[in-house]
Amino acid sequence: MIAQVLFLLLAAASVGLFTFNVKKIIRNIRLGRPLDRSDRKAERWMVLLKVAFGQTKMVVRPVPGILHLLIYAGFIIINMEVLEIAIDGILGTHRVFSFAGMLYSILTGTFEWLALGVLLACVVFLIRRNVIRLKRFTGTEMTSWPRSDANYILLTEILLMTAYLTMNAADRSLQLTGAEHYKVAGAFPVSAWLMPLMPANENTLVFVERACWWFHITGIFAFLNYLPYSKHFHIIMAFPNTWYSNLEPKGEFTNMQSVTNEVKAMLDPSFVPGTAAETSRFGAKDVTDLSWKSLMDAYTCTECGRCTSECPANITGKLLSPRKIMMDTRDRLTEAGKHLDKGTGEPDGKSLLDDYITREEIWACTTCNACTRACPVNIDPLSIIVELRRYAVMEESQAPASINNMFGNTENNGAPWKYPASDRFAWANDT
Amino acid sequence: MAEMAASGQTPEILFWVGCASSFDERAQRITRAICGILQHTGVNFAVLGTEESCTGDPAKRAGNEFLFQMQAIANIGVLNAYQVKKIVTGCPHCFNTLKNEYPGLGGNYEVIHHSQLIQQLIDEGKLRAEGGESFKGKKITFHDPCYLGRANDVYEAPRKTLELLDADLVEMKRCRANGLCCGAGGAQMFKEPERGRKDINVERVEEAMQTQRDIIATACPFCMTMIRDGVKSLEKEDTVTVLDIAELTARANGLKS
Repeated sequence: MIAQVLFLLLAAASVGLFTFNVKKIIRNIRLGRPLDRSDRKAERWMVLLKVAFGQTKMVVRPVPGILHLLIYAGFIIINMEVLEIAIDGILGTHRVFSFAGMLYSILTGTFEWLALGVLLACVVFLIRRNVIRLKRFTGTEMTSWPRSDANYILLTEILLMTAYLTMNAADRSLQLTGAEHYKVAGAFPVSAWLMPLMPANENTLVFVERACWWFHITGIFAFLNYLPYSKHFHIIMAFPNTWYSNLEPKGEFTNMQSVTNEVKAMLDPSFVPGTAAETSRFGAKDVTDLSWKSLMDAYTCTECGRCTSECPANITGKLLSPRKIMMDTRDRLTEAGKHLDKGTGEPDGKSLLDDYITREEIWACTTCNACTRACPVNIDPLSIIVELRRYAVMEESQAPASINNMFGNTENNGAPWKYPASDRFAWANDT
Repeated sequence: MAEMAASGQTPEILFWVGCASSFDERAQRITRAICGILQHTGVNFAVLGTEESCTGDPAKRAGNEFLFQMQAIANIGVLNAYQVKKIVTGCPHCFNTLKNEYPGLGGNYEVIHHSQLIQQLIDEGKLRAEGGESFKGKKITFHDPCYLGRANDVYEAPRKTLELLDADLVEMKRCRANGLCCGAGGAQMFKEPERGRKDINVERVEEAMQTQRDIIATACPFCMTMIRDGVKSLEKEDTVTVLDIAELTARANGLKS
């Protein structure tokens, strides 16, 4: 009875805290500028099914793709086990689903194999990060926190799976000794290997089984509350983020209606803009100038670095790293959110541009879309870069000198180079 | 275009030449090759000549939306006045801008890139490779321009034009959707690169040189400049030729460019 109460309190506190933090994140995302991504719903569901659920962009790189698929499948399927654990926790029952008989054996057997798969995949991932030290997991933005974050996630998953398998081994041992409450149910192909290691004493076995049960479920509740602070939040965000994907051709940059109004008014003094003119700034200086989708992107990023590893600027040693663009955006947004929490909402004199992302980074981009193409969850670092450029150019007139020359030439000669417009047809002279 | 309009004629298609292909001496040869193909296949086309102006692509990528829209609205005024319906461009950047970004400002046209035009002409049986240089057995690698490939998912059309030549297509490791940029997009064409280990075009040409190729084919005047500069900086001018797919097609048909 005490155990049930304790379990309920723990579950309520954990879900409560998680909801509280998620609400903050939703509030932060809503600080972004409006953008309509509610059209073409059927297509959006297809993208979600393919990219997030089906992981089609993950398996482009087969080794991490398949290992990730294993962890993902383990996560989704083992959640059924967590459901049983939760019901047992509330009702004080033991293996409440065991009435399913044969099906239950198939399920527990599958969970065990998946748990082993998850465990091994996590070990390989730890080796890739810490022993092999793959280039993709290094880089200026991969400072101590992002590196630790990744390791904490992998270690936690290893611990959870170990606890789960140990719990099953103790449970099965108890089942076979005919202990009270431990009715014979389920199949345990993997934890059977651990059974020889189990103590013989029934009380000790019950202690091991209960300790692992509590460790496993407490671990899951703790992990749930770690998500909002971690890159691991992608396990939730991947789904909405792919649903809200950009469905237009990648080469199409957004049209700025506020500029259209001004240009039309300039060309035709009698022009009356259809919508109320926006008063906000052109482009983005800080996170709140970005669209909400860019902010959602930032919370979705799991820092895998596939974008950066395919970025031509980064490959050739430039400062630009699309992953850093996303991490900086999230860090700055988290900071802005903290100011709101304090109730001040006062500007802190800092901004995304310059305090987080430098001019050198934004001007190194070739807008080639390799990053948006590489991202397994359809994050778009390019639109952030373009918004920062728009601010630098249209609000500050701060572009590299040669870019300003290009603007001047386009304005005066109708070509980005300094050629007279009258020579435009000269190529035909030889024909 | 003005002359045709004055005499009451309506061309089938407008050939949007683009700035690089109008002014850059090397790229002018691509322009003449495209014209050669159009004339050879009897397509009734026109160009805007001095009435053409920059689409505004580099200005837009560099963040100058004002300048882009000034250019776009002026160009749309000209195109709509001539009641243009269909456009072929000699440049993926013009192609992308006209096709994707002009509709939002009132410019609605059917826009194709010259690789797609050549593919259509091949499919219709109007274009073959005869009467010119033979590329049989020549090894050609194709560099996907970002604004044709990833930006607009056109990967097959340029390859189809190479198929016509009966040449061997040898792909680079990074090709199609994984193609590496030449380094010119996003207004980089008009500025020096940021500091780094290497220039992007050199990285790309090094990759192309790893394939057993005689020719690097491109479909973009910016890529042409970048790839040629890369070849020059590696001093490989003697071992590889850089040609646009239009030039290859024109040469295979003995057309001057």
